[in-house]
Amino acid sequence: MQTKRSTYRHRWLPYLLLAPQLAITLVFFIWPASQAVKSSFERTDAFGFKTTFVGLSNYARVLADPGYLNALGRTAIFAVSVTVLSMGVALLLAVCVNRVIKSARFYTTLLVWPYAVAPVVAGVLWWFLFNPTIGLLPHLLDWFGINWNHRVSGTQAMILITIAAAWKQISYNFLFFLAGLQSVPHSLIEAAAIDGATPFKRFWTIVFPLLSPTTFFLMIININYVMFDTFGVIDATTAGGPGTATMTLVYKVYTDGVAGLNIGSSSAQSVILMGIVILLTFIQFRYVERRVNY
Amino acid sequence: MVENRRFLNVLTHLVLIIGVLVVAFPVYVAFIASTHEAGAFVRGVIPLTPGDHFWATYSQMLGSGWQVAGAPPVWLMLANSTIMALAIAFGKITISILSAFAIVYFRFRFRLLAFWIIFITLMLPVEVRIIPTYAVVANLGMLNSYAGLTLPLIASATATFLFRQFFMTVPEELMEASRVDGAGPMKFFKDILLPVSITNIAALFVIMFIYGWVQYLWPLLVTTQEDFYTIVLGIKRLMASSDRVPAWNLIMATVTLAMVPPVMVVLLMQKLFVKGLTETEK
Repeated sequence: MQTKRSTYRHRWLPYLLLAPQLAITLVFFIWPASQAVKSSFERTDAFGFKTTFVGLSNYARVLADPGYLNALGRTAIFAVSVTVLSMGVALLLAVCVNRVIKSARFYTTLLVWPYAVAPVVAGVLWWFLFNPTIGLLPHLLDWFGINWNHRVSGTQAMILITIAAAWKQISYNFLFFLAGLQSVPHSLIEAAAIDGATPFKRFWTIVFPLLSPTTFFLMIININYVMFDTFGVIDATTAGGPGTATMTLVYKVYTDGVAGLNIGSSSAQSVILMGIVILLTFIQFRYVERRVNY
Repeated sequence: MVENRRFLNVLTHLVLIIGVLVVAFPVYVAFIASTHEAGAFVRGVIPLTPGDHFWATYSQMLGSGWQVAGAPPVWLMLANSTIMALAIAFGKITISILSAFAIVYFRFRFRLLAFWIIFITLMLPVEVRIIPTYAVVANLGMLNSYAGLTLPLIASATATFLFRQFFMTVPEELMEASRVDGAGPMKFFKDILLPVSITNIAALFVIMFIYGWVQYLWPLLVTTQEDFYTIVLGIKRLMASSDRVPAWNLIMATVTLAMVPPVMVVLLMQKLFVKGLTETEK
């Protein structure tokens, strides 16, 4: 790893400078994570007196549990829907803002602020709009003969959390797509225009392929967001229900560990989640490296 | 654009206007709801035009709060959120700028090891280690305290990386010149490195402030006393009691108040916000 051409040498100063961050990292990250790994191999009896080493049996039970596989499937559907919805809308808006030169800044301002809205708040806002008794949208849907009640219908509950989670993420995707669009060389577009390509053809054959690094990067970030940051959205709207229709992996770790106090199973689930994060981080870094050479 | 197409230009603006309206709509509805009296929600649909209870609702929530729901006054929760967000932003920036300085400008044993220990935190968001981290904080006696709320969220590899990347682009000559002039490392840090990093610090501050403000799962676990409720957590508590007393106007006033500070930060410091966002995530 690089340093500067010339560096300082000092007996204790660098350690002192690193101490605060290392202390916090060790106490609140490394130690708890290693505890999670440790207790994922153990089982504690019902009274909490005895802890025995049980090998991989927690993992085996988690992976054989239909509830866990259900949560895994729900999370996958949720992640794909939110990613597609929020990235699609964000790309459309970014393309439009990139076209209007004079008012670009104005529109950008009006589109970026939801980034600052807490996931819980996003959940509450959409939950209010979709409230089966007084909500506005169920009334509109009623005209079309759709009976909306996300407290009963699992599909509708899923749609609700997808919209709320995607709504909050649009601003983020929008900013990155806009930055990507602004770095597309103008000469390429002009050349295509001279060749008689229509704006739509130009977009699909030139702009969109050039955006692919941004798109890929955003896909990873969005999956990460859906997996970990949507806890608040779910807790505020459906709390995993009805039944387990909107139970995601993180929500299940929470309900099993905090509400159910099943530490062994919850730890095994945490460790599996860490594995997923490590995989996502790895993919992201591989991609960043490749893009540097791009 | 390359050519001027009237139809396409109109369509572009149309899409943007619809987009802006759809994005703003839920917030508009929430705000309108907060200007009505509680009785307005008993029958029919949510109203879409402003009511005349704006002052009544907001002064009640900011002042005494909503006693029935067991939530503290909103000003207290806003203060808690502000303290938490500021502490996280200050804390993250301070510890990561110091460690990035050590990693870039010093040569010492275990440098690589330190780097990797910090790097690993990237892979451990609080959501995946909820229960063991909670146990650590409980054992340290930090439940229901500002330290318990903020310290576990302060360590951040992202900020350290950002500063490391930035320090690598600072011209070598600055450090060499200051050394020739006889300045030690800390003097160089204070008088030269900090001043040239100020824009990066500010951009990161905006992002970290928002990060701290929107935290939910962690406050939910470590605070059981109302005195330490953050506003985001308070909303959930109000919602939980809304089955009994559906005081939508009060809930939506709290929701509105919870959004104002971070949204203002984004709007007023848009340039820094965009810079911070695009640089921390890359």
